[in-house]
Amino acid sequence: MERYYQKDIECADRASIQAIQDERLIKQVRHVWEKVPFYRHKMEEAGLTPSDIHSTADLHKLPFISKDDLKDQYPYGLLGKPLKECVRIQSTSGTTGKRVVAFYTQHDIDIWEECCARAIVAAGGTDEDVVQISYGYGLFTGGPGLNGGSHKVGSLTVPTSSGNTDRQIMFIMDLQSTILCCTPSYAAYLGERMKEMGYTPDQIPLKAGIFGAEAWSEEMRTDIEKTLGIKAYDIYGLTEISGPGVSFGCSAQNGMHINEDHFIAEVIDPETGEVLPDGEYGELVFTCIDKEAFPLIRYRTRDICYLTHEKCSCGRTHVRMSKPKGRTDDMLIIRGVNVFPSQIETVLMNNGYAANYQIIVDRVNNTDTLDVHVEMTPEMFTDNLGEIQERQNVLVDDLKSMLGLKAKVTLVAPKSIARSEGKAVRIIDKRKI
Amino acid sequence: MSIKQISVFLVNKPGTLKNMTGVLAAHDVDLRALSLAETKEYGIARLVADDTFHALNVLRDADFVASVNSVIAAEVPDEPGALDNLLQIFAEEDVNIEYMYSFVLSGEDKSAGMIFRVSDADTAEPKLRNKGLRILSQDDIAQI
Ligand SMILES: [Zn+2]
Repeated sequence: MERYYQKDIECADRASIQAIQDERLIKQVRHVWEKVPFYRHKMEEAGLTPSDIHSTADLHKLPFISKDDLKDQYPYGLLGKPLKECVRIQSTSGTTGKRVVAFYTQHDIDIWEECCARAIVAAGGTDEDVVQISYGYGLFTGGPGLNGGSHKVGSLTVPTSSGNTDRQIMFIMDLQSTILCCTPSYAAYLGERMKEMGYTPDQIPLKAGIFGAEAWSEEMRTDIEKTLGIKAYDIYGLTEISGPGVSFGCSAQNGMHINEDHFIAEVIDPETGEVLPDGEYGELVFTCIDKEAFPLIRYRTRDICYLTHEKCSCGRTHVRMSKPKGRTDDMLIIRGVNVFPSQIETVLMNNGYAANYQIIVDRVNNTDTLDVHVEMTPEMFTDNLGEIQERQNVLVDDLKSMLGLKAKVTLVAPKSIARSEGKAVRIIDKRKI
Repeated sequence: MSIKQISVFLVNKPGTLKNMTGVLAAHDVDLRALSLAETKEYGIARLVADDTFHALNVLRDADFVASVNSVIAAEVPDEPGALDNLLQIFAEEDVNIEYMYSFVLSGEDKSAGMIFRVSDADTAEPKLRNKGLRILSQDDIAQI
């Protein structure tokens, strides 16, 4: 039976959600107009005052804010509350290397942790579960967010943080951890390692995993579910908006419910800024309607996904977003063709290999070149050079049919691809350097 | 009776072979034989160690991709035509050699060892032995 952390709000009817959003949006716009000069200037430039915003139907009138705005306003320019009322920061390095620092009041932390608690309960978590959190702790939101959520649910929280695989496995087995929270690539790695150590899925006590903070494919989900013997749930979030739990997967495993009582989602055409209807892929935009310290309005996430208001079998009524298929800034245009890293991941997974890759784009003699570095895995290796080359050629062929353009495949040593804060660096675009 | 060989994936970059031998040395693995096969970008190091499973474990712990397979190790006397005679036997018995490499056997007779990778070491070996070839066991290798 489906369980909920806050059934009243998670399963509220559309009119109630709408009413909450209208009320909170109006209040939030007034708040930023008064407290954040940056917003007042932006609204004035657009010829708007708070009295122009009567409901969410007026949301589209408000100007967007972008990652560049965050950079320009770093560190205190977007503060919506005096520092005296702020209790925490979290920070992330953007893909361009510029840091984002987000502020939280205690109220903001509570909202965030509640969202994570909803995600944990949606994954089957109760106060009897042992939740092992193998996301990094510290400035990164992954560890602290799920940690707070797990406390709210009343689960036994095991804050292992990331890394030290053998110790992670020791805790899973010794404490009989039932829910694992980490990045999908780390879950895949843990699974491989446990398999190597001789653990079969039915010996592994885990029943569910909550995985996010990087792109992963359905193939990867199936793979992780098989090796660890679990059901794998998505979680989505970003530091700018709060952290993990902005949206989360449910038993339907078909999109992630956005916590609409806190965040309004829109999908826009990244070129024109026009709001797109349900089902159409575009850039995801969030408005925080009840956050206090870092109240972003129409923040462009650069994530590409679509929304659906269709009824979900789990009983939750909040809008669902598809798993992002890429980022506007990850989307590579190579010889005029749009390429997303997730497509490369799919090819690798379909061939039975771990998705440890890096894309290197360059321009040689005015032609774009695409070189996919793939870490050698035991599955790909044989004692016969000819067979390895054959497998390399199969990857070249599969990439060609997936992407519609020819890529070079370079086999590299295991664990040789650079990682940054636990996330593999997937793209190196030398055309921009 | 065939012996175990470890194959290791190496990228063709300065220092990668040294990294591998460094790991083995740090864990007191004694190499009996080593050969390299390579393309422009990567290669396979094939090695026979005194303790195969210890060597395999330390390599995997150091993040090398490595596999184990069976090969035939035969003694080749230090006399003219010895290798030719040996290959003649393989030909007569219709055993196809994928690759081979030599290593040094200690001892007064100064004989050499040859490692042969054949498609099916376990069926090839008795045939070769019946022809009078001296085939080395894993114990022989450990004791070199
Ligand atoms: Zn649902």
